Amino acid sequence: MHKGIKMLNLLLLLASSSAVKAQEAVAENADLMRSNGKIYVVVAVVVTILLGLFAYVFNLDRKISKLEKNS
Amino acid sequence: MIRKPWWKIASFVLLLYTCSYGFLVEVPSPPGVPLKETIRNLFFHVPMWIAMMVCFTVSVVYAIKYLRNQQASDEIYSTEFARTGTVLGILGLVTGMIWANYQWGKPWSGDAKQNGTAIALLIYFAYFVLKGSLQDEEKQARIGSVYNIFAYFMLFPTIWILPRLAESLHPGGLGSEGNPGLNPKDTTNSMRMVMYPAFIGWTLLSVWITTLQIRVQLINHKRLNDA
Repeated sequence: MHKGIKMLNLLLLLASSSAVKAQEAVAENADLMRSNGKIYVVVAVVVTILLGLFAYVFNLDRKISKLEKNS
Repeated sequence: MIRKPWWKIASFVLLLYTCSYGFLVEVPSPPGVPLKETIRNLFFHVPMWIAMMVCFTVSVVYAIKYLRNQQASDEIYSTEFARTGTVLGILGLVTGMIWANYQWGKPWSGDAKQNGTAIALLIYFAYFVLKGSLQDEEKQARIGSVYNIFAYFMLFPTIWILPRLAESLHPGGLGSEGNPGLNPKDTTNSMRMVMYPAFIGWTLLSVWITTLQIRVQLINHKRLNDA
């Protein structure tokens, strides 16, 4: 997939006649989050959900442990 | 503090790995296989079924244990594992339908696998209806446990045997030669490196959630007995 996107970008660069367009295409892939079809954005979203979910379950576990001690 | 934390941490680490590397691992896209990127559902949709089978298996073991020695705690274990298993089954069915909408054109095609799973889940719904309809706690536990055994053994024809006999749209559905999950030829070793951790991680998470339910029920049970 990596290679396909790089090739696509290369084609885009070659195809774009104006220098401005070429600059934009380069800027779009400037950082990790915007590379690889922005799949890292989805990874960030899913990891955030997972962190929230585990924090919630962890908290529940602690609360139930407290209840067990009291009863 | 949190009880017996090591496998809970393992579940967290494995799922963190699954939910990040699962999107990044190279997937094969051979011509003629329409799965494309949706093959990544192997890390999310398929583990629901694995975790469901584990939960139902644990549930039936505790149901048999209950019938042997009438321990109220065994009944609670059995019920709560069946509950989580049913939730996982619904999640598996819904995620399958979302995928089928884009892969097969519509969410429900009356496919052998979809119908079989729906029947299996309806049998488990009936377990909760049956238990809910009985007032007496001991009757509830006894009849529920007996029914649980029936429901568990109905899983085998409905989700393991019949879908294998019929021609199916599902990946790997090649009639009697099919594998009900996925054609093993479509996966790669690097995908398996995510698949097995995903199976273990999701199963551990569902067991963790079930233990929370069980502990709440045990506290409730104790309070009712003390009162």
